[in-house]
Amino acid sequence: MASKVIQALYTDDDVLMHAVKKVRAAHHHIEEVYTPFPVHGLDKAMGLEDTRIAITSFMYGCLGLAVAIVMMNYIMIEDWPQDIGGKPSFSYLENMPAFVPIMFEMTVFFAAHLMVITFYLRSRMWPFKKAENPDKRTTDDHFLMEIGLHDNEKELTDLLWETGAVEINVTEKDS
Amino acid sequence: MYTFSNRLKIGSFIAMGLGLIFLAIGFVSAPSTVEEAKAMVVSAHDDGHGGGHAEEAASHDGDQSHGKSTAHGSDEGHDDSHDEHLLHQLQNKPWAALYVAAFFFFMIALGVLAFYAVQRASQAGWSPLLFRVMEGITAYLVPGGIIVFVILVLSVLHMNHMFVWMDADTVAHDKLLQGKAGYLNPTFFLVRAAIFLGGWIFYREYSRKLSLAQDQSDDNTNFVKNFRWSAGFLVFYLITESMMSWDWIMSLDPHWFSTLFGWYIFASMFVSGITVIAMITIYLKSKGYLEDVNDSHIHDLAKFMFGISIFWTYLWFSQFMLIWYANIPEEVTYFVARFQDYKLPFFTMLAMNFIFPLLLLMNSDYKRINWFVVMTGIVLLLGHYLDVFNMVMPATVGDQWSFGLPEMGGILFFGGLFTFWVFNALTKVPLQPKRNPFIEESRQFHY
Repeated sequence: MASKVIQALYTDDDVLMHAVKKVRAAHHHIEEVYTPFPVHGLDKAMGLEDTRIAITSFMYGCLGLAVAIVMMNYIMIEDWPQDIGGKPSFSYLENMPAFVPIMFEMTVFFAAHLMVITFYLRSRMWPFKKAENPDKRTTDDHFLMEIGLHDNEKELTDLLWETGAVEINVTEKDS
Repeated sequence: MYTFSNRLKIGSFIAMGLGLIFLAIGFVSAPSTVEEAKAMVVSAHDDGHGGGHAEEAASHDGDQSHGKSTAHGSDEGHDDSHDEHLLHQLQNKPWAALYVAAFFFFMIALGVLAFYAVQRASQAGWSPLLFRVMEGITAYLVPGGIIVFVILVLSVLHMNHMFVWMDADTVAHDKLLQGKAGYLNPTFFLVRAAIFLGGWIFYREYSRKLSLAQDQSDDNTNFVKNFRWSAGFLVFYLITESMMSWDWIMSLDPHWFSTLFGWYIFASMFVSGITVIAMITIYLKSKGYLEDVNDSHIHDLAKFMFGISIFWTYLWFSQFMLIWYANIPEEVTYFVARFQDYKLPFFTMLAMNFIFPLLLLMNSDYKRINWFVVMTGIVLLLGHYLDVFNMVMPATVGDQWSFGLPEMGGILFFGGLFTFWVFNALTKVPLQPKRNPFIEESRQFHY
């Protein structure tokens, strides 16, 4: 279904921040904001929820730690407990200091990589993904705010001009 | 201006008084003869095991008197030296309790001084609001440093047996100590200690002077000067801190050595210092004295507590694991002694200094909750006291350790003195620097 959206372009992140606050105050739903770089505080101004990716990372780290412990315990203690240079392979705890470097690295490896993959999945990013850029200038020096239209084009246009937009377009958008 | 609350002042005096009494009890009840020492160990065993060992000990005594008149001469000599050792360990107990607490509180002030110098040298924008708090804590360097120095002088004067290499008789029978005598000799030891303390106290006093002069002046020359002195101090500090750790802690076990020991002590004092900064800041803020300090400052301090705790663990583990892995007899005795006789403090310390802050301070929201930071801080400080305890006690009192009146007295006395001195220093000048070039950034700081 194609729907109409209004796109307002700005050239300054400060102006954009004020515009976002104004539009929100007027109870219009901002669908998306495109910026060439992270704008500090934009997520708060837009009222976006906090990310939970750190929590997933913590859980992945616990998983990595568990994998390392189970793996080393099976290989070194249960499956073939050899005497290697006099190291005590009678129980996991007795030989644990030797396993700590692996436990640590596995924790970091799982926490980091699985978190990155989670990020890619949640943000829908992959190598041959078609770019969703409404305006090429937003990767360089322009900021773009996109608001859905519901037969209120005139009112919205006036509001956006007031907030300091340098250009306003109304386009059809495939969703 | 901060006014010293009466309750805190009285509290610190009570702690000092109680501490002194406890320490005095410790010194008075220390045995002065071999017989007393043996009697103490026997009665301690009685308490623990319902008298089962009394008979055994008595028959042992009988054996000994018997041995004197018969041919057990060599055994007897060995027994005597063992008894002498026991006597020295028991006599060391109050001294070691005093030394652990004196060093612990001194090291907090020194850690804060290092943190302060780092903040100055790195021109951190968030911390200038806390400079007066840090300067207040480092004021303890003077009394704390003098007390530690006096304890070292008394050790050199053979008032105790904490540093075995100070005993000329022991050195005469010990090839290893003779080899180290070029470095470990009493005169050079005291000269070094005086140089370390002199340098640290000089930087503290001079930087404080420049910091206060900056408030009054109309340009930034004092600030720039302070920046240069801080950078210079950090170089001096890294070298002297490392040597201090060999002198004051590692030489308690003069047969043992570890190359990263200086860093290990540094991490311990750095994290304790930062914790104390956070706790005193939260206290002063809760009393309404630091209006411009916000949650973000506490958050940053808590991040440092978290990060440096893990740094400490990293160094602890690096030292432990390398020695455990290679298992070279001359190195591994250090940990064997701690594993055998100090299991509880040794592992409790690890949990308190690593697992506790790791799990409690990982969450970003928790670092902004003041009571959470204070609670973690208390555990961290107790943990690092135990850390010093574990470094000093096995070398000085061995398996005769306990946590009783003298140990508690040490904590109470120095804790009281520390509180009194620090909060007294905080009353001297306004708690917010006026003309620091970064003060506005610090006031606006948010994370």
